[in-house]
Amino acid sequence: MATEILMPALSPTMEEGTLAKWLVKEGDTVKSGDILAEIETDKATMEFEAVDEGTVGRLLVAEGTQGVKVNTPIAMLLEEGESADAAPAAKEPAARPGQGEASRDETGETPDRAPAAAKSAVEAVNTPEPDESPDWPEGTTVKPMTVREALREAMAEEMERDETVFLMGEEVGEYQGAYKISQGLLDRFGPRRVVDTPISEHGFAGIGVGAAFGGLRPIVEFMTFNFAMQAIDHIINSAAKTLYMSGGQMGAPMVFRGPNGAAARVGAQHSQDYAAWYAAIPGLKVVMPYTAADAKGLLKTAIRDPNPVIFLENEILYGRSFDVPQMDDFTIPFGKARVARKGKDVTIVSFGIGMAHALEAAELLVKDGIEAEVVDLRTLRPLDYATVLKSVQKTNRCVTVEEGFPVGSIGNHISAYLMENAFDWLDAPVINCTGKDVPMPYAANLEKLALVTAAEVAEAVRKVTYR
Amino acid sequence: MARKPSVPQDDTAAAQPNVSRDELLKHYRDMLLIRRFEEKAGQLYGMGLIGGFCHLYIGQEAVVVGLEAAAEKGDKRITSYRDHGHMLASGMEARGVMAELTGRIGGYSKGKGGSMHMFSKESHFYGGHGIVGAQVPLGAGLAFADKYLGNGRVTFTYYGDGASNQGQVYETYNMAELWELPVIFVIENNGYAMGTSMKRSTKSTTLYGRGEAFGIPGEQVDGMDVLAVKAAGEKAIAHCRAGKGPYILEMMTYRYRGHSMSDPAKYRTREEVQKVRDERDPIEHVRTLLLTGKHASEDDLKAIDKEIKDIVNDSADFARESPEPPLEELWTDIYADAVPQAAAQDQNV
Repeated sequence: MATEILMPALSPTMEEGTLAKWLVKEGDTVKSGDILAEIETDKATMEFEAVDEGTVGRLLVAEGTQGVKVNTPIAMLLEEGESADAAPAAKEPAARPGQGEASRDETGETPDRAPAAAKSAVEAVNTPEPDESPDWPEGTTVKPMTVREALREAMAEEMERDETVFLMGEEVGEYQGAYKISQGLLDRFGPRRVVDTPISEHGFAGIGVGAAFGGLRPIVEFMTFNFAMQAIDHIINSAAKTLYMSGGQMGAPMVFRGPNGAAARVGAQHSQDYAAWYAAIPGLKVVMPYTAADAKGLLKTAIRDPNPVIFLENEILYGRSFDVPQMDDFTIPFGKARVARKGKDVTIVSFGIGMAHALEAAELLVKDGIEAEVVDLRTLRPLDYATVLKSVQKTNRCVTVEEGFPVGSIGNHISAYLMENAFDWLDAPVINCTGKDVPMPYAANLEKLALVTAAEVAEAVRKVTYR
Repeated sequence: MARKPSVPQDDTAAAQPNVSRDELLKHYRDMLLIRRFEEKAGQLYGMGLIGGFCHLYIGQEAVVVGLEAAAEKGDKRITSYRDHGHMLASGMEARGVMAELTGRIGGYSKGKGGSMHMFSKESHFYGGHGIVGAQVPLGAGLAFADKYLGNGRVTFTYYGDGASNQGQVYETYNMAELWELPVIFVIENNGYAMGTSMKRSTKSTTLYGRGEAFGIPGEQVDGMDVLAVKAAGEKAIAHCRAGKGPYILEMMTYRYRGHSMSDPAKYRTREEVQKVRDERDPIEHVRTLLLTGKHASEDDLKAIDKEIKDIVNDSADFARESPEPPLEELWTDIYADAVPQAAAQDQNV
């Protein structure tokens, strides 16, 4: 039977083109791969090859014709023994580019393609009640522990629990950890499970993701998250997106962890908070603990999580001590914020080292007679909107605190969320306290100026409470 | 078996005394399936049924077919975005691959991955990656897991001459050899990184030789000769399974079509392409072996051609008839557990 040769779409955007030149004539025999014509697209002149074998019957479109719509029959291809007369005359295009048969459903109606998210966000606030259960049962013995020890305990416990968990990174083994987080782990678990890597962030992050595809549960330590920028393609394109791209078949259950944000006097390239960057990515979970208990409970949860988790630590906090419950298996779920201090006049929302400034500010404000409620988000993805919302509905004011840059910050996101969902409860604009919009300077006085401070947070609170 | 492609081939059955009829027929069938599938994909692209980028494997069929013939069940493979051939050769169904190209629910990724992003746990196919070179450390990571688990498997990590100039390839070479990972780096050298020829992008053009700096052995193979590919693959696999670490195979091959469907291919002459088609075509090579060795008649091969055509046409029919993914699919498979998406959207789902 004669086959119609249709005007092809030769680029993702092509809708019509010029049939510049025929390279075959009626009666020619062609086989797959032979070039039939030159076609000018919106981008270039392309050669158009035959797919089937046969004899060229009638050429339906003359060379030099402009504006030939995609899928218009341009020639007939005859099978052995068929005559050109058998070929039907040109007819309407079979389908328009980019619109396959499936663009209409069985009733013939064009289905509603509006994505669910396009509906108004303010229609119905349907946020669940916050989970206010305590992180550990009342009466549990607690012990002061540094954040460093808490992180180490979390990894050791999870490595004991699951043979597929291993740690890889620079200086994690024989050197005992650049920041001593992994001290002793090599002796305890051996070089198979505590793997020293060369200084190759891009490469070993990719190997870590591949190992996760292959059935392991890697913990990839970055000496700092500044160096993870070398590896960010694997974190986002390889780890975060694969589950979706594979239709749920395979993903990367793993943890990327290490210190994040400013240390002290290490300059611009070693002092950046990446919280907002990673929190922007669907497919990642993002954790940024402040206390040692949260560091331990959340890292254990991160290692068990079936998704890629970004675990943002802080060098300055490593040596700080907090009470940690003495329990056999202490974990903290993701997406559950912690109300670190109760108050009624303003809600201060923060996470990570920002909590230190938030809590100090809350203390300063007592003198002004302001009772601040301080919410520690702990995880940025998933984010506990319910706890923030409930607190703001009580205090009617909100200040956010973080160390990162001001543009596209977590505070910006919280503000937008409150605009959409708590507009009628707000008695003042939300203020975002952030690091300044400058690369981190080295000079001690300038560095201090670049970082967010408790005094700035207190000042912001006074503004939103009109004091 | 490291043959330079410029060396003329002796296409007689006598030159391949150890090759059975069944083996040759299987190679013929497997390569033909890829070629016909890709031609059909090109046709559906031209009709607007396949969108975006679509990178065809036509001309390079002997590389995956030869290596798959050397592989054992459970061995893994990972590649770039020019991946349809690898999927078919690894045993994935033509229907599921074609339906993914048309963005339908019957596709391997439910229509959410597209031409460049398909996966199959069952066939140990780990993608389908769109960032040039990224699959190289990922492949070494799969091998890391196999070594950790002690399961004796090897991973074929495919990439092109273009990816060979990515820094992460060499970070990976270093770690793969340092940790003796069972990974075979398969460089599919088709001579062009998109539109840039080897000559214009690369000073030292023996790509397999770059392993030497890391202590990784390798060789150049005529990637248009499926038997040479298989033999080289067997050697590399034996090296890996013996615990000796990685191996590099530089497959000298050629792609007949443009880099992607929208490539006008002005960087090379029509004569250059035609010459390879006429003189080095991997399918014609096996066809000649079959016919001159009296392993098969023209009619036998015609019957195979028909059988392949039916599989491909059936896959195209399936890919047109399979519905687009339901709109709810927008929100699934983002996390492996139940996690609410960003607030504003969550309320409206």
